Parts: sequence; structure tokens; C-alpha cells
Amino acid sequence: MAEVEMDQGVYDKLIAAGTSERIARAKAKAATVRAEKVAAGQEIGPKSAEATKEKLAEFRANFGGGGGGTTTATAVKEAPSGRLTPEERAARVAASLGQTNGAPSIGVPSDSKHTHRLLALVPPSGIQQVSDKQQDKVYTWPHLLIVEFVALLAMGAVLLVSSYFLDATFRDLANPNLTPNPSKAPWYFLGLQELLRYFHPMVAGVTIPGIGLFILGGTAYFDKNPSAKPENRKFASMAMTFFLVLWTVFVLAGSFFRGPGFNWVWPWVDGLFFEL
Amino acid sequence: MPSLPSWSDVQKNVQDNVIWKSIFRPGSIYRKGYRDTSRDRALAAMNNVLYHLHPVKVKRHGLKLTYTYCLGGLSFFLFVVLTITGIFLMFFYTPAAGAGTELAYQDMRNIQASVNFGLLVRNMHRWGAHLMVFTVFLHMARVFYHGAYKPPREFNWVVGVILLTLTLLLSFTGYLLPWDQLAVWAVTVGTEMMGYTPVFGRQVQFVLLGGAVIGPNTLLRWYVLHVLFVPFVTVIFLAVHFWRIRKDGGISGPL
Repeated sequence: MAEVEMDQGVYDKLIAAGTSERIARAKAKAATVRAEKVAAGQEIGPKSAEATKEKLAEFRANFGGGGGGTTTATAVKEAPSGRLTPEERAARVAASLGQTNGAPSIGVPSDSKHTHRLLALVPPSGIQQVSDKQQDKVYTWPHLLIVEFVALLAMGAVLLVSSYFLDATFRDLANPNLTPNPSKAPWYFLGLQELLRYFHPMVAGVTIPGIGLFILGGTAYFDKNPSAKPENRKFASMAMTFFLVLWTVFVLAGSFFRGPGFNWVWPWVDGLFFEL
Repeated sequence: MPSLPSWSDVQKNVQDNVIWKSIFRPGSIYRKGYRDTSRDRALAAMNNVLYHLHPVKVKRHGLKLTYTYCLGGLSFFLFVVLTITGIFLMFFYTPAAGAGTELAYQDMRNIQASVNFGLLVRNMHRWGAHLMVFTVFLHMARVFYHGAYKPPREFNWVVGVILLTLTLLLSFTGYLLPWDQLAVWAVTVGTEMMGYTPVFGRQVQFVLLGGAVIGPNTLLRWYVLHVLFVPFVTVIFLAVHFWRIRKDGGISGPL
């Protein structure tokens, strides 16, 4: 379809009134179409009640039922509660399917060249976006639940067997006067304890973990890259890998390479100073 | 003598029973039986409490073991195992310490030496806790590398980070309870760092320890945190976490 010219006057007026550019453009185009129709002597806009009734009567007379002229009267008679009679409904279906045998489509003047009519312009945001894309899906039962159940059994078995053979650590009664050397935090805090060797406790124990957690939580908002494909997010993957490796190195160093006085040791020379 | 009712009669009577019908919803496989049809597969998911966690259908790619490695599910499974073993241990444990009344330590000894399955359950609780920290951590890494925190899942990532922190807190508060040298000194090291919090450092440490140094008050405080407070908060966040997974369109991807 050829592009419709905008009515510049209408457009300028709408823009001046603060209407959005897109809406103004659409309304200006609609104004042009209306002006053309008026120039061609066609009817525009909402029709009067009289005119609508006439149209309806004409429509019913044309294809109101199967029985020829006598049906016209029954067809025009208003059905109770405003419903269509079965004949009318059949006729409408036929009309909408284009089986009107030359009769005009509903709402389109019979002498019109056009087969479509502009009903309304709706901004895309006003339409509910139903993204019901066809996806490759399977039933949760049995496919997912069986996988989950097997994973659960495997993890349960690993836990049970290792708990049978490995006893959890249990040392002497707590004694506030006897500091073990080295004293270590639980393993997941040993990275922080390692940092204590390099920074002031406020930095190592509060500032760095605080900022770390904040950045971690905010990642979802800082990362504006919409793609989840690995090839499109090389920087994000690299940054995460860098921090994960860094953190792992600190935890391993604090766990296995720190001995008495939290000084550096080689575990294969001086032995392990690590308890879970 | 009247003949015994046949098996199918018994089954019919039980399944037509008012109580049975009140327990199993219409369409439940325990009402009409299960045939392996699409309809019954859907009903099996729908008439199940797991419907809170899973929809009737899931994306096929999500089933691939190498996509999720089941890490989130296993973390939750470990949380459940830790709850069960933890409740068991609570029956035999008193959070009391102090000169002459080292009940906590004595109870730990008894659990390991005298209680049936006590040592095994304690071991499972300990190793399970370490394992859970590990799986939660790996789960976070997996989600990051799949970009699964991107819209619309940003908020659920934040909930996940909170859950990671809560997992660490759960583990750390439990670390003190055996009241042995390892427990007390590991917690001493950990809480000393919190004392360096700007402005409120001393106060934070005081509230956490229930005093200036680790003592009986700390044990009671951390016990309550460990068995009630932190699990309570964690369950709330878990509920939000799982709900958002479904609301945000199930598992992320495919890549």
C-alpha cells in the first residue's frame, strides 16, 4: 500500500499540543485519508442511528435467510434479547468468509475499491503482548521428577557414605585461655582471613566483603547486555572467572598454605593446618 | 460364612470413601488410577504439592544434566536433610556452657558415643553443611555463566545472593555449637572481623556475642539464631526464590 501523506497542519497542531511524535504522525495520516474521502463524496465517521438501521435492513434483505422474499420480514424482526437468528449468523459467517456472491462486505460501501477499512490506530504498547511461542517442552512427570529423584538419591548416598566413613571434627573442650596455633575461621571465610594479612581488618573484614556482596547482588542491574549467549558476553564471563579464581586462590592459600602464626607454609613440607 | 470381598471391591470402596476423596483432589492419580497418557502425566503434576515448584511442562533443554547440574535442587535437598538431621540433634543437645556446666560439650560427646545413630547423624549434619555452602556457591556460578540473572530474573538473582549470605550465616552460627576448641576459636576469628565494622563495630560485636568475649551467652544466642531465626528467614526467601523461578518463566535458556 502506498504511503499516505501526512496532513502537516494537523501534525503541527498535535505536536504543539504535546502529543507524541508517533501518535501525531498516525493521526495526521488519518486526517489526510478523511479529507480524501470527503473530497470523493464518501461517507466518513460514525453513521447516524437511522443510517445504521437502514444498512442493517439492507444487509438482512440481501442475505437474511434461505427462503427467498418471505424471510425478509422475519429476518428484519428484532430477535429477542438482541441475538441474531441462526439464519443471520450463518449469513454473517458466509459474508465474513467472502462467500457473499458479489454482495458487499460488512462496513465497506459496495462501490468502494478498498477491501479493508481502518478501524483504529493503537499504539503497540496498548496491545497486550502475548508471546506464546511454541517451545520444546516435556512433561514434568515423569521426565523432570525422575531426574531430580535420581540426583537426590545420588547426593543422599554420597552424604550417607562419607558420613559413615569420615567422622566430623571434635576437639577438646573450649578453653578461652588456650589459643590454638593457628586459629582459623571456617573454610569459606579463610579467603577473608588471608586478606587480613595484606589489609587493615576494617578493609579485609568489612569493606571488601561488603562491596563484594553489593556488586554481586547488583550484577543483574549493572549488566545491561541483553544477550545470554556466551559468545556475546565474553567480558562478563572473563570478569566472573577472574574473581572466582582469585577468591579460590585466597581460600586455598588461607586453608592449606598458612600454618602457625598464620605464616606461609608449604603443605607438603610442613603438613596440613586445616580442619573442616 | 460370607466370602471375603475381592481386591477390586476393596479398592473401589476405599477410593469411593469420603475421607479418601477429601485427601486426593478430583483428577488425582490416587482417585482413578494412572495410565501413561498425556492427560494423566499432566494430572500427576497438577494434583501434587510439587505443583508449587514445577509447572505441568518444562523446557526440554532444562532436563540436560550439564545445564543446571541440579545444583539449586541439591542445595535445597541439603537444606531439607540439614533440617531433619538438625531436629534429630536438637533432642540431645543443650546450649549451655560455663565453668562446671559444660552441657553443650557433654551432650556432643553423648550424641557421638551413646545415642543410636548419633555419630552418623552428626557427621551428616556437618558434612551436609559444608556441602551446602559449596553447592550454593556453584549454583551461583552456574547461574552467572548462563546469564540467567538477566531480565526478567534480576530480582531473583538478588534473592539468591541473600540466600547465599544466609547459607553462610547458617553454617557459621552452627560452627560454634559443639563448643570445642575448633568451634570457639574459629568463631573468635570470624567475629573479630565484624568488630571492625565502621562506627558500630563494638556494638555489632557485643550484640553478636552477647558480651565482650565469647561465653555462655554467645552459645545460647547463636543456638537460637542457628535453629530458629536464620532458618525461618531462609525459608521465607526460599519461598520467594522458588515462586519467582516459575513466575519468571521457569528455567532460563536455551542459550
